[in-house]
Parts: sequence; structure tokens; C-alpha cells
Amino acid sequence: MRHGSYRFVASFLAIPLALYAIFVISPFAQAFYYSLTDWTGVSPKFKFVGLENFKTLTHDAVFRAALGHNVILLIGVPLLVIFLALVFAYLLNVGGRSNSAGVQGVRGNGFYKLAFFLPQVLSIPVIAVIWSVVMTSTDNGLANTVTKKLGLGTSEYLASPKIALYCVMWVMIWGSVGFYLVLFNAAMSGIPKDIFEAAIIDGATRLSTFFRITLPLLWDTIQTAWVYLAIMALDAYALVAVMTAGPGGPDNSTQVMGLQIANNGFQFGRAGYASAMGVVLFFLTLLIAAVMLRATRRDRIEY
Amino acid sequence: MTLQIDVEGTRSEDAPKIQPAGLKDRSFSPVNVFSHTVLIGWSILVVVPFIWSLIASLKSTGEIFGDNPWALPKTLLWDNFTKAWDKGVGDYLGNSIVVVVFGVAGTMLFGSMVAYVLARYEFPGNRFIYYLFAAGMMFPTFLAIVPLFFVVKNFGMISTYQGLILVYIAYSLPFTVFFMHAFFRTLPTSIAEAALVDGASHATTFFRVMLPMAKPGLLSVGIFNVLGQWNQFVLPSFLSPEKPVLSQGIATLLGSQRYENDWGTLFAALTIAMVPVVVVYLVFYRQVQAGLTGATLK
Repeated sequence: MRHGSYRFVASFLAIPLALYAIFVISPFAQAFYYSLTDWTGVSPKFKFVGLENFKTLTHDAVFRAALGHNVILLIGVPLLVIFLALVFAYLLNVGGRSNSAGVQGVRGNGFYKLAFFLPQVLSIPVIAVIWSVVMTSTDNGLANTVTKKLGLGTSEYLASPKIALYCVMWVMIWGSVGFYLVLFNAAMSGIPKDIFEAAIIDGATRLSTFFRITLPLLWDTIQTAWVYLAIMALDAYALVAVMTAGPGGPDNSTQVMGLQIANNGFQFGRAGYASAMGVVLFFLTLLIAAVMLRATRRDRIEY
Repeated sequence: MTLQIDVEGTRSEDAPKIQPAGLKDRSFSPVNVFSHTVLIGWSILVVVPFIWSLIASLKSTGEIFGDNPWALPKTLLWDNFTKAWDKGVGDYLGNSIVVVVFGVAGTMLFGSMVAYVLARYEFPGNRFIYYLFAAGMMFPTFLAIVPLFFVVKNFGMISTYQGLILVYIAYSLPFTVFFMHAFFRTLPTSIAEAALVDGASHATTFFRVMLPMAKPGLLSVGIFNVLGQWNQFVLPSFLSPEKPVLSQGIATLLGSQRYENDWGTLFAALTIAMVPVVVVYLVFYRQVQAGLTGATLK
């Protein structure tokens, strides 16, 4: 390396590293520190309380409910999004007519991808407003007028403590399927066509080509998708904060950890306690990423 | 590691179109009908609420929540847009534009500087810094939100442009560094070396030679950052309560509509927020899809 290049390296790194250290690393580190204190967030004085905050957390009924809701989202959202996205991607790729040239993708492939991906570019408050109006609980609500016509009856949606969380889950799924569809579709397009053609000549059905060829070759992508969706499900703050009554209602039925952190940290004057929740969220994220990456590990197939 | 995923790729539509006439199958198979039914069903679920919202921006509250919410507006209430604008949407839009323009510019500049140095220069701590940035992609913003508020407050930058811009840059760096690092690695080294031999400084080589070569990567990650920062909601709602950006303003307006009951205005605000990104999306949709998804696969 030429003389003077260290100075160049340092000059390029200085500002971005400083920004990153001040606004990202230091708050993360402070969160761990404050989680061991009784800091209110208002007064400059606080004292160490050890693991007291974490002990309180285990008895905090609202936090436990919030954690439970995040776990429901954590299981439901990735499962359903990946399932739907895979089905749609598969239909786009091989759902068309089969003829001498092998199995074809459906017509209008481009249109479907254009439409399905749309929610991805809208902000969460925009999506939340649209769906909270679609799911208006009165009989004249958009969704209710449709289900009534179809003979399915009406629903209270977000106003019902029993199903409000699932309404939030639906909006998360609705917003994510298109993105993962395009992701899987890109990965599927990368699989050489002759593999499918060879399988079909050998008498394989479309369904068995999906399970025997497509799925194994897509495994890496699905694994990545799972981790991203899990992180999203652990958050869910923005959607709940905008969509639900309270927010977090009715009757705490849509409480999530993010909401609890915000409430305790900024409204109840319990910044130390909120930080402890953040630390729990951190380890949960770490755990899930590690588990998912291990559990789904397989030999990478090169093609 | 592929840098850009070809969204179109080698789809079956690219398969030979010329076939022996007798073998051409024009009939619709059950699988084909099923595929289209499912796909059209989901398209309706995605597109209809969106289009309905655009139309609702010209309706009165009575028409939005009346007996038939599906009816078209009797008179087009363009006034909704004027009212939305006066209710602060104009200011929110301005705030969003200022913050995103400077936020993305700063992110791209600093992000590619760091990525370039990490990808092309060996020095002690290189791997450490790389992993420091990479780790930032994984962790939930929420862990840091309470201390971050006080950091920004201590700088006196709550509800200021500079506060939001600096925070946006800092939180966009991990992904940008990660993506551009991979990109710079794929570029040939010989051209940069030739420039250095010819007496160009390291910085000149970067700005004059390497950055122009990295344009495709910059475009992908740039689109990613524009959308990400434009749609950012969590950071501004805590760090900029007095100077809301558009996504925050929408959430606030929804809150106040519950009392004021003027939903046409809310949907007009929603339309103002949606139209710019949707236009960008429709114009650049291939780049947007390839940029966003390609980035995830790294």
C-alpha cells in the first residue's frame, strides 16, 4: 500500500464512523446500561437496581400479554407470508399452459408482480389508515358490505378483542406477500429450465417438481425470508400504534413489545424499565436469528 | 453473490415461441384457470383498497361511511385537497422532502466512502468495522429508541431537520455499507490502480473513477434508501414531534379525524402521501423490485 493511504482511510472513515457511534452504537450500549437502573428519563439522578427491572418484567401482566402477541405474530406472519408467496411465485412460473415447449408461466406475469408488490412502497401509516377504514366495524364498512353480500355475515374487526390481533396480522401479511413473491420469483427464475423439462419428460407432475426441485433449490432464500419476517413480527409497533384503539386495544388485545417500550419510556417516566424491555427484545431477536439459521441449515445446492 | 437479480430472468415466456402448429395447445387447462383465479383474487385484494382510497379523497364523509361506501362520489370534492394542505400536509410534505433529499445524499456519500475503504484497503480493524456495521442491520431500532431520544435531545436537535437527517444517515449506513461493500468487491482493481499510478490521489480515484463505475449499485441502494427514508415512521415520531414528516402527519390526522369526522380530507392527505412513491414505483418498478429484493439476498 502506498505511503499516505492510512491517512486517506482515516479521513474517509472519520465522519461516518462518528455518526454511527453517536446515533447507533451509543444508544444501543446505553440501553443495556439503563436497563440496570431506575432512571425515569426526566431527572438526571438515578441509581443502580441490578436486575430488579427484569424481575418486575416477569410479573408485568401487560408486558407478558404483549410478548405473547409478538410470539403469535412471530409464528403466524412468516408461515403464512412464505406459504402464500411461494404458491403465487410457483403459479406465476409454471401455472400456465403446458405444451411441447414444457410448462409455461402464466400470461400477465408482469402485471401480477407489479400489483402484488405495490404495498411494499407505501408507508405503514398509509397502509394502516386504509385498512382501518376497510375494516370499519359497522355494517357499512367496506369489508362488511362485501362479506354480507357473499353471505358470510359481518365482523367487528379491530373493535373486537378476540380478533383485533389477527386483523393486524392480516395487514402485515397483506403488506409483505408481494415483496417475498418477487424475491422467490427471482430465485425461481434462476433455476435452469432444463431441470424442469428433464423431470417432466421423466414423468414428474407439476406438484412433485415443486417439492422435489423448486423447494430444495430455494431453501437459502426461504431461510433469509424467515429471519427478516421474524424481525418484522417482533416489531409491529407502527401498525399497532396507528391502527388500534388506545393504541394496543381494545382491552390490551393488540399490545406489542414496541408499544410497551414507547409507553414506559416516554409516557410513564420509566426509561430504565423500558430499556430492560428493549434488552429482552434484543436477546429474543438474537435467539430467533440463531435458531432459524441453525434449524434450517442444509447443504447448499449449487447449480 | 449476484449483484443484480434479473427480475425478468429466464422466464418461460422467453422459451422458443415458434412451435409446430399442430402441437400448439390453445385450450385453457384447469391448472391455468386455477392459477389465474388465485392470482386475480390476490390482485383485487391489493389493488382495490388502494384505488378505493384514491377515490375516497374526492368524497364527503357521508359518502365514505354511508349506506354504500362503494358508490362513486356525486360531486368531486377537490376541496378536500385544499383542506388537507391547509391542515399541515403541505408542511409535512416539505419536511419529508428536505429530510429525504439530504438524508439520502448523505447516506450515499458516507455509505459508499466507508464501503470503498473497507472493500479495497487493508488496515488493522477493517473486519471489525465491517462487522460493526453489519450488526446494525439486525437489531431492532426499538432497543435504542429511548436512549437515542436523549442523545438527540442533548444535541438540542429534537424536531429539527439536522437531527432527523443525521439520525436517518446513521441508521441507513449499515445496509448501504453492506451492499456497496459487496459491489465494490466485484469491480475490477486494475482501473483504480492505473489511476493511482498516473498520480491521482486516493480520494480523486474514488470520486472520479470508482464512484462512476459503481452507478448500478448506487441506483439500487439509492432507491432502497429513498423509499425507506420517505416511509420512515418510528424514528420521526419520537425524534421530531413538532416537525412531523408526512407518514407521521398521516397518523396524526387519523387520530384527529376520530373527533373531527372529516374523512375526505384524511384520504386527500393519504393520496398526497401515496402518489409520489407510487409514481416512482410505476416508472422504475423493475429497478425498485430488483433493488429491494436483490438487496435482501446478499
